[in-house]
Amino acid sequence: MKTKAFSLIIFCCVFQTFLFAQTEGMVYIEGSRYLPLYGRDSTVVEVNDFKMDVYPVTNKEFKQFVEKFPKWQKSKVIKLFADDSYLSNWKNDLELKDTENPDSPVTYVSWFAAKAYCECQGKRLPTVDEWEYVAMADETTKDARVKLSYNAKILSWYETPRSNENLIGQTPKNIWGVYDLHGLVWEWTLDFNSVLITGESRKDVDKDSNLFCGSASVNATDLMNYAAFMRYAIRGSLKAKYAMKNLGFRCVQDVNEKK
Amino acid sequence: MKTTQKSKRKLKLVKHLALLIAPMFFVACFNDKKEEAENAAEIPVNQEMIAELTAPPHVPTPVGTRKAKKLIVKMEILEEEGEMTDGVKYVYWTFGGSVPGSFIRTRVGDEVEFHLQNHPDNKLPHNIDLHAVTGPGGGAESSFVAPGHSKVFSFKTLNPGLYVYHCATAPVGMHIANGMYGLILVEPAGGLPKVDKEYYIMQGDFYTKGANGERGLQPFDMQKAVDEHADYVVFNGKVGALTGDNAITAKVGETVRLFVGNGGPNLVSSFHVIGEIFDKVHVEGGDMINENVQTTLIPAGGAAIVEFKVDVPGTFILVDHSIFRAFNKGALAMLKVEGEEDKKVYSGEIRDDIYLPEGPGIQTMPTTDEIVASEVPAKSFEEQMEFGKQAYMQTCFACHQGEGQGIPNAFPPLANSDYLNADVNRAIDIVLNGLTGEITVNGEKYNSVMTRQSLSSDEVANVLTYVYNSWGNNGTVVTKEMVEKVKNKK
Repeated sequence: MKTKAFSLIIFCCVFQTFLFAQTEGMVYIEGSRYLPLYGRDSTVVEVNDFKMDVYPVTNKEFKQFVEKFPKWQKSKVIKLFADDSYLSNWKNDLELKDTENPDSPVTYVSWFAAKAYCECQGKRLPTVDEWEYVAMADETTKDARVKLSYNAKILSWYETPRSNENLIGQTPKNIWGVYDLHGLVWEWTLDFNSVLITGESRKDVDKDSNLFCGSASVNATDLMNYAAFMRYAIRGSLKAKYAMKNLGFRCVQDVNEKK
Repeated sequence: MKTTQKSKRKLKLVKHLALLIAPMFFVACFNDKKEEAENAAEIPVNQEMIAELTAPPHVPTPVGTRKAKKLIVKMEILEEEGEMTDGVKYVYWTFGGSVPGSFIRTRVGDEVEFHLQNHPDNKLPHNIDLHAVTGPGGGAESSFVAPGHSKVFSFKTLNPGLYVYHCATAPVGMHIANGMYGLILVEPAGGLPKVDKEYYIMQGDFYTKGANGERGLQPFDMQKAVDEHADYVVFNGKVGALTGDNAITAKVGETVRLFVGNGGPNLVSSFHVIGEIFDKVHVEGGDMINENVQTTLIPAGGAAIVEFKVDVPGTFILVDHSIFRAFNKGALAMLKVEGEEDKKVYSGEIRDDIYLPEGPGIQTMPTTDEIVASEVPAKSFEEQMEFGKQAYMQTCFACHQGEGQGIPNAFPPLANSDYLNADVNRAIDIVLNGLTGEITVNGEKYNSVMTRQSLSSDEVANVLTYVYNSWGNNGTVVTKEMVEKVKNKK
């Protein structure tokens, strides 16, 4: 059975360009236009239809990946692609530390590693726009950003320590059928640093720099969405080789047929 | 021959002297303010030194006469749970594990190499904006650091004064509201004049989901913060950080210097020490010194250095004289002064009017007939004691003190109190309805005001049970029914 699964993975990796059918554990996200908190001149962005992983990638799944692709193992990874914290909650190349749970989201992974993982399955990392689009939903609404409870819940997670040790699938499923976008770990996005946040958030209101961050921001389309401010702040602080305790990822896949 | 050599030497000397003096002339051409900055920028540094950082209320050793140095500051950012007041937990974001953050002490001309370390367990990126920095963002841009990383930047201290530092990561207000602020002192060359005691105090306002006093882990409330409706206004990060056993101390005759900051995020402080007059105030933390000041205004994101000599013993109360904050939201600290009485300065016979200017009418909380009973009624004697202690620390502590000892001449003791033990119904009545006028407790006369307390019957029962079973009192257990009985008599 196991060998079958492996051969399937290899099969997928080899023929990824031909195969778009691997949709197990993914849900269909119907694209639309929406107004993000930040973005290109604060205008409406368009998101095409795509599929998204229901859960973030787990330790167990990532273990299978590094078994298959030794170059992403802790001791073999090229330093340019992952800093010293890479998989630092692993005992060795193939084993988690005893304190870690295989069904917890994988963290301490760099952007390069996350990207490679997704590509190996014929998938890719979601863009910021895609991620935010799905993440603005709650259990009953596609755009819950106006709800007080939605923002309050997310903010309270930001204040909860050690949530990265929780298991996947314990937060409420949102209307798309996706779990854990909030309340578990931060997640890598394909273009995490496309909305540049300089770190001097008050300067970012300057139109010249096209950055709309900070509490002083008057350009933000949704002034009260502080939760999103914090996501953009964390993304802005990252470099692609960083591996962090509270940062994991999930994959998405394009849907080819045009509607 | 000899003479020409001599004159040549002389000429050389003059040349050297001229070279030495020349820069001074240049400097003199600039206006005063520039001159200082220019000079400071050119102060040479030699030797490295690891900066001593201290948690409040302590401050590092004064710079004294030391020369400008390369000063290495290593500051760690920690997001951790703490206690706002008894029974109320809050997740603080801190510079160095305390609110306010570690005190940094430098002298003008120091070259500060700043290491900002974001602990790997933290969820968020942070940075630091030091108001003592001359440069864009006060260092914010250069110090933006993800969890599990460390950033280094350096700056030269050009202007002497007391400055606030804070986190400036979006959302800025929230980072500050969660406790990310502190003070950095830049002393002038030669240091500030010597004093006997120095302390570090910083005010901050906090916004919690639950109302003031509501038990449990309280999340930050963004809406209240935007509306500027603070639930807590406190010194040094929590209610009672500087009261009771944690009070700051001095001896009669000593000069006390307080480095007082205000982190905000919203409220401006009317800083006042009850029963003292500030001999000197470095207005807004700068060079200007005002003398004989009663209350000094400290803006959010600002600071002041206040100095005063303590002439008489006693407990001096530090407050934000926007006074509801002191008595209802926590902005109250204590300075305990020990030593000989000086009857010329303070007779001690006139009643202590520390709390009287406010009067009973104002301090009475607006109450409805139905006070919401605390959500969890005590189930056992142990719980009654536990909840009672929490209520005591929130409501009674400021006057009756941590060990029920009261304050001589002002607030009667509850410890070993004959008045208390004589009549439990009278005690219940006083908590419910307040008491004004002269009473005799353990042989001492007190003529003061206690306001009615807005506590539920459960809470009154708990707090009195706690008092009766502490400090040598007679061990009466007060029940909710007993309280209701007294309540309904009226």
